[in-house]
Amino acid sequence: MQFGIFTVGDVTADPTNNTTPSEYERIKAILTIAEKVEEVGLDVFALGEHHNPPFVPSSPTTMLGYIAAKTSKIILSTATTLITTNDPVKIAEDYAMLQHVSDGRVDVMMGRGNTGPVYPWFGKDIREGIPLAIENYALLHRLWTEEYVNWEGRFRTPLQGFQSTPRPLDGVAPFVWHGSIRSPEIAEQAAYYGDGFFANNIFWPKEHYMKLISYYRQRFEHYGHGTADQAIVGLGGQAFMSKNSQDAVRQFRPYFDNAPVYGHGPSLEDFTEQTPLTVGSPQQVIDRYAGMRESFGDYQRQLFLMDHAGLPLKTVLEQIDILGEEVVPVLRKEFAKNRPAHVPDGPTHEALVAKAQSAANDASLGFGATSSVSIDLDAQAVRS
Amino acid sequence: MTTRRLVVVSAGLSQPSSTRLLADRLTAAVVERLAGDEIETTVQVVELRDLAHDIVNNLITGFPSPALSEALEAVAAADGLIAVTPIFTTSYSGLFKSFVDVIEPEAITDLATLLGATGGTERHSLALDYSMRPLFTYLHAVVTPTSVYAASSDWGSGAEGHTSALGGRIARAAAELAALMVTSDRSTRVIDPFALPVGFNPVGGYGAQ
Repeated sequence: MQFGIFTVGDVTADPTNNTTPSEYERIKAILTIAEKVEEVGLDVFALGEHHNPPFVPSSPTTMLGYIAAKTSKIILSTATTLITTNDPVKIAEDYAMLQHVSDGRVDVMMGRGNTGPVYPWFGKDIREGIPLAIENYALLHRLWTEEYVNWEGRFRTPLQGFQSTPRPLDGVAPFVWHGSIRSPEIAEQAAYYGDGFFANNIFWPKEHYMKLISYYRQRFEHYGHGTADQAIVGLGGQAFMSKNSQDAVRQFRPYFDNAPVYGHGPSLEDFTEQTPLTVGSPQQVIDRYAGMRESFGDYQRQLFLMDHAGLPLKTVLEQIDILGEEVVPVLRKEFAKNRPAHVPDGPTHEALVAKAQSAANDASLGFGATSSVSIDLDAQAVRS
Repeated sequence: MTTRRLVVVSAGLSQPSSTRLLADRLTAAVVERLAGDEIETTVQVVELRDLAHDIVNNLITGFPSPALSEALEAVAAADGLIAVTPIFTTSYSGLFKSFVDVIEPEAITDLATLLGATGGTERHSLALDYSMRPLFTYLHAVVTPTSVYAASSDWGSGAEGHTSALGGRIARAAAELAALMVTSDRSTRVIDPFALPVGFNPVGGYGAQ
């Protein structure tokens, strides 16, 4: 089980004193937060991608490359990489490069973005959002798994004999998550490839995500990647903590009430009841998140959003301290209890390399169908 | 006995409201009409006033509260809908439109719908035809030819049964809605929320070269 922090990278005024960090301050704060994630023993730092203010992370691999140099253990990920408007060739090269730079500590979460005008700004049509996500990833997947690619699709220039560079580290592509909050097509896509599925459930009630994740698990099994409970699931989370739960509520309320996404809408009380947002003592956060697997099954990755809505850096770092020191160690024990041995751990480069080697050994020993062969057969079945 | 589900959406703001009064008259007429065809009607009334904050919150957060979710699911799974709004400033009320705005775009396709409106004077009666009717046509609901507008003066005019009086218009509209509801199977349909579009392929239509 992996725990980490994901950030949208918004520049928002602190509603308690009406000060707004500069872009420089916010970018540096995000880098500091990433180092904190490693310092307190969390596993993952994931960065969003946006191309419009008030968000700053337009160039994720630049920031993640810096973080790679400043850390040695955490996995660097995205939340999300825009598979719709980026050229899949550039994604293939940027993240393979980051894989080498960071000694394999990279995975990527594909998403379609939340800002309509980004599509036309990059010459795309928002009504093609799903077809873009499907076709662009199909190309990206081939660029990472095949040496030379001949390609023709609807959305980009054809390729003949193209080899993306650098090749993935150790011949193993970065692990891929597909993020979606409501589209069954994306859950289907994740299941088809045997990739991870990340449901950013922080803004909506859990019943919706229970159905979506259950669908992904069933389709993962259908496509022959393992049993439904072996599918790779990630969830979002949101918490604000203080030793005394009333203090947490008092401190967080002005940030909640003015937050860009849900501010001036439902009350803090309603929202904490209806979504995973938990504002209170560390024990309350432990209880809430230890219960997540009751709803979603044993899963692999839990990311928390902690640095938004104008919260000052000092507060965010304190929150990550509490998360890393008091909450996650207990959650690790809770999640380990009664976790079936066949449920996979969170994906790492080392595990993927080991899996690829054992598949290669099986093939050379003549053990017959490896998982990659059965995937190809499935692909044929779907195309025909 | 066969049953049909009728959902009634009333956007009246005062309590009691003439909007709800009209909604209740229309409902009673539809239920009576269906009973004549040996059809039992289950009625669920959605008072938008009670959901006003939840509707605004849904616009802001993108998801419905449990109470609003129940109302939206009821509308989506109905055999017939009666929708009644007060006319404010030449059109349906903002609350009414906001409720319609949080209905899923496909949710009321094929839904037999009777429109009603209330207002202070008869001068706004055409709002039913230039604002309410296009709204529901856009959503692919099947709107009855007769819709019913009740001005304040209508509540004190005309003998029952006279076709131009309120009672006559209610009866005619109710008969039209009931006739559409008789053949509806909407309330017994099983909808798969994860149905993939026809022809969907997880690797796309091209790229297999």
